[in-house]
Amino acid sequence: MTMTDVRVAPPAPEPEEVTDRARHERRLGLTLSAPAFLVMVFVTAYPLIYAVVLSLYNYRLTDPEGREFVGLRNYATVLTDSVWWSDFVTTLIITVASVAIELVLGFAFAFVMYRIIQGRSLVRTGILIPYGIVTVVSAYIWQFAFQLDSGFVNQWFGLGDFNFFGQRWSALFVIILSEIWKTTPFISLLLLAGLVQVPEEYQEAARVDGATPWQRLWRVTLPNMKAAIMVALLFRTLDAWRIFDNPFIMTRGANNTETLSFLAYRQNVTLVNLGTGSAVSVLLFLTVVIIAFIFVKGFRTDLSQVRGDR
Amino acid sequence: MATDRKVSNWWTVWGLLILVWALFPLLWMVSLSFKDPDTFRSGEPTFFPKDWVWDNYRTVFTDSLFTSALRNSVGIALIATLLAVIVAMFAAYAIARMDFPGKKFLLGMALAIAMFPQAALVGPLFNMWRNLGIYDTWLGLIIPYLTFALPLSIWTMSAFFRQIPWEMEQAAQVDGATAWQAFRRVIVPLAAPGVFTTAILTFFFCWNEFLLAISLTSTDRARTVPAALSFFTGASQFESPITYIMAASVVVTIPVVILVLLFQRRIMAGLTAGAVKG
Repeated sequence: MTMTDVRVAPPAPEPEEVTDRARHERRLGLTLSAPAFLVMVFVTAYPLIYAVVLSLYNYRLTDPEGREFVGLRNYATVLTDSVWWSDFVTTLIITVASVAIELVLGFAFAFVMYRIIQGRSLVRTGILIPYGIVTVVSAYIWQFAFQLDSGFVNQWFGLGDFNFFGQRWSALFVIILSEIWKTTPFISLLLLAGLVQVPEEYQEAARVDGATPWQRLWRVTLPNMKAAIMVALLFRTLDAWRIFDNPFIMTRGANNTETLSFLAYRQNVTLVNLGTGSAVSVLLFLTVVIIAFIFVKGFRTDLSQVRGDR
Repeated sequence: MATDRKVSNWWTVWGLLILVWALFPLLWMVSLSFKDPDTFRSGEPTFFPKDWVWDNYRTVFTDSLFTSALRNSVGIALIATLLAVIVAMFAAYAIARMDFPGKKFLLGMALAIAMFPQAALVGPLFNMWRNLGIYDTWLGLIIPYLTFALPLSIWTMSAFFRQIPWEMEQAAQVDGATAWQAFRRVIVPLAAPGVFTTAILTFFFCWNEFLLAISLTSTDRARTVPAALSFFTGASQFESPITYIMAASVVVTIPVVILVLLFQRRIMAGLTAGAVKG
């Protein structure tokens, strides 16, 4: 009797031992994540603070002796300069156009990948290639396709000697096209992950109630994918907002195609004007914070949907 | 049945169109890389070369600008990937299995860094790296690559690690295995696919990076292929570098295509695991 009792009874937890184990677990958890934490602080948080400090000085590497404290004057210089606003608008155009088109196209791709039976893995493999390709390579491929002396586009579409890189809008068109080609796969895979989670029973119920396919899409599928759509949008918007490679390769910023990241690069690295350059860096960072804030508060994007944050 | 098959055929047709959209630009790249560098430019360029020549490939592989960049790219991407995966593996293991203060903060920080505009850091990093003497070195690129790859690695791996039935480790120990044997024989085989998938995604990121590569290097000591491509000029100043650039582009695209062909399923699982709850 007693033997059975002992075996059945759950092992009595000793409170002291549990706290001990919890403390041990805490310490181990902190130790294991410390390297990741330290690396991230050293390479992002510290330089960002350094940029804030530098932005308060008039400091050119070409004239280190002339370094002086100027307060917020660098910010005033940047914000009253038409270059900042022109680059801001260019970045905005590229972001809005590419993200909007990618969302529609990405959804269409996701839907096809969801429904296709024959050739399913072929399509899924093919779509990953633009995702993996080097952005600089993508920029060159599209540039050379549209360029007058090397490209086939003008021949195929009978555009004669129209120079795509000769003015702002057509140059932005090619930049956006390259951006869309390269990044739609990513957005479509995120949307596909959301799509497979929409319960099939909902679709069935709507079908029984006589909903048309179009109604099912708008009333059943999309509302049930809202979280996945918002996360995909947030990620892609912030990714598009820091666009650098495509305009740098294709136009070097000519004809008002310079973006904010490009401006930060040019001020800091090309002109080694670290005072003004840092002000641009800090402002660029603030724009990203504002966009993220709008998504999280304004559009109620649920970031706990992002895996890892339980 | 017949209509079902018809509908399914339509999806296949759409799938083929997606495939054309995804692969057509690659065909153009390959075609351009085989054109004759002396004669490919004309008033009416064609899609395919008139004569297919290997000259461009011969040129890029004898050009030290490209060969040293290729060596830098391979070395930097592999080392940064290896380090990122190791550092992220510890953090992901802790996140998936343990409760500790600052866990939410770590994840929040990773999320913030994933959205961070790298261009905001080129100025301070440029200055810091020059002071530390690691400007224009492998280390100078490996450190930031490792950092910016960490968020993706941590998410992806912690998502994979959560799916591991950890109680199997105890079960093995009950069956008489030592702690090390249990870990080695049971946990490692279960965790390996997630770690490997993360490594592929991290490698893509490092292989692709351009902004830091042109900002933190100045010579062929550490310049990677994307950076070197933007400095390509023809063999002489009268020659256009277009066909060489495309040949070099084909070369750096080959590893991407091979990885995608071999590990399509894993890459898909990794991309979605890291981003959205599934």
